[in-house]
Amino acid sequence: MEEVPQGCPGTGSAQAGRGASCQGCPNQRLCASGAGAAPDPAIEEIKEKMKTVKHKILVLSGKGGVGKSTFSAHLAHGLAEDENTQVALLDIDICGPSIPKIMGLEGEQVHQSGSGWSPVFVEDNLGVMSVGFLLSSPDDAVIWRGPKKNGMIKQFLRDVDWGELDYLIVDTPPGTSDEHLSAVQYLSAARLDGAVIITTPQEVSLQDVRKEINFCHKVKVPIIGVVENMSVFVCPKCKKESQIFPPTTGGAEVMCQDLKIPLLGKVPLDPHIGKSCDKGQSFLTDAPASAAALAYRSIIQRIQEFCGHHQPKEEHLVGS
Amino acid sequence: MSGGRAAPAQHTSTCEDGPVSHWDQLGPCSLPVPVAHPEPGNLAGVRHILLVLSGKGGVGKSTISTELALALRHAGKKVGILDVDLCGPSIPRMLRAQGRAVHQCDSGWVPVFVDQEQSISLMSVGFLLESPDEAVVWRGPKKNALIKQFVSDVAWGQLDYLVVDTPPGTSDEHMAAVEALRPYGPLGALVVTTPQAVSVGDVRRELTFCRKTGLQVVGIVENMSGFVCPHCTECTNVFSRGGGAELARLTGVPFLGSVPLDPELTRSLEEGRDFIRDFPQSPAFPALSSIAQKVLSEAPARLS
Repeated sequence: MEEVPQGCPGTGSAQAGRGASCQGCPNQRLCASGAGAAPDPAIEEIKEKMKTVKHKILVLSGKGGVGKSTFSAHLAHGLAEDENTQVALLDIDICGPSIPKIMGLEGEQVHQSGSGWSPVFVEDNLGVMSVGFLLSSPDDAVIWRGPKKNGMIKQFLRDVDWGELDYLIVDTPPGTSDEHLSAVQYLSAARLDGAVIITTPQEVSLQDVRKEINFCHKVKVPIIGVVENMSVFVCPKCKKESQIFPPTTGGAEVMCQDLKIPLLGKVPLDPHIGKSCDKGQSFLTDAPASAAALAYRSIIQRIQEFCGHHQPKEEHLVGS
Repeated sequence: MSGGRAAPAQHTSTCEDGPVSHWDQLGPCSLPVPVAHPEPGNLAGVRHILLVLSGKGGVGKSTISTELALALRHAGKKVGILDVDLCGPSIPRMLRAQGRAVHQCDSGWVPVFVDQEQSISLMSVGFLLESPDEAVVWRGPKKNALIKQFVSDVAWGQLDYLVVDTPPGTSDEHMAAVEALRPYGPLGALVVTTPQAVSVGDVRRELTFCRKTGLQVVGIVENMSGFVCPHCTECTNVFSRGGGAELARLTGVPFLGSVPLDPELTRSLEEGRDFIRDFPQSPAFPALSSIAQKVLSEAPARLS
């Protein structure tokens, strides 16, 4: 199994479990105890669980506030519009779980069944799981350090009864830390289709997004493509275009050309998107003919095509 | 340890610990300590410490931190900025300091001065990366260790304000920063939200964090409040409306003001210009100045 913590000394090394980079890694205790190359048993358990899930997509960004959760939610809505497609949305933003609000599920609770935790269903074919459902009040803060967050993510992947799914979409917090490493590690044996990376046009976002792209390369997660959000604003009064977040260094288009990564599409900044999210409704149904909705649909189609063509790589156990 | 020796900005990492590579000179994985114990006085000369927080990402914490620092400087204060966003360190670019090297002196690491007059100093993990695209893929404990060092081993000197920019959330970085800073006096907090309910939802949790950790919340700033079309001056609520006032009402925390969206502001920060000096005509300017004034009048009383 490929280790992902940066600076990992290797499961077979004398420093295994003892190096500074080992702190917080789910395998630390195993390595330190001399169990050597034996990986966390949860990884196999999750692989088994994920056998009923056809496609797994991570939604990432280095940067906060670019619209990951908004995009994840609408990707889920868009895919689930075909009632024969089974979709689930997993929110692993432990500190800032926005998905319940955006999906109109605030205040819902998670139920236990014989086969594990049940996701909360928006539609018959669209289920959602988030730490937000485990909190009793909107003011409850989840003030957890890395290892505890990792534990939660493991539980979400292993103990939720996802059932037969065509798509599992995983919404992440910003950054390149515990949550991202854990998601990739725990899903490592289960074959992730790839990551969709969200950005806005400005350099301050692209700067973080390039790091995220490097992260994906490091942990060998295929990149489905980049979505540029908040691209252009059309004034509802005079209909003229403005760029609220100017692409001072060429925006996602130039970055994608430089890094040879597909640009899946650009979504304009439409004030109705924010309003729909606040109301917990799908923007795709609220404003189906808007430029933003059309952009979303085109991007969703490209993602479906990628997943349709994606060939599973040979699973390999790499002893590092 | 010799004083004044420059740490090279670019250095091939041989240390397993990752991108903090130029510390390798002191031995693999060892952390540089200038004297036998960590210098206790490195924050003794700092009068007020203000953390800029939000539960939510992308609301403009770094922007507000930078602008607040500039505004405080314009009011004649000496300001330091500590950027503890290790995964997404934005501030060096905003102040046109990217690529600068971090030097050592007898009391520890010297923060980077971003202006000629040396009235704004800055420390960020951004200065320690070999390349700006390098990802800091660290788990919590390692992040905590670096943040502790940024607090105790950086020679901040005499400062009126230390503005601490944080990443979104309520996790390792926030706990590490509060624990490391707590011995140096009451800690103030400025909480940033956007007008959307989704943002308010996250920021409420941040305010709980502040309460639980004993941070004195100076007030709430609502950022990205409306966009004035440059063609026809119609103001559109691009990110919904009402969040800041709603948050203040729900939590009893003072509302310091709303800052509108200004693409010129974004452009200026991306290009590292001195916004307050260059854009007095901007729609964001009156809002930012008013917020800075409120901080100047509220903070000393709350944080003494």
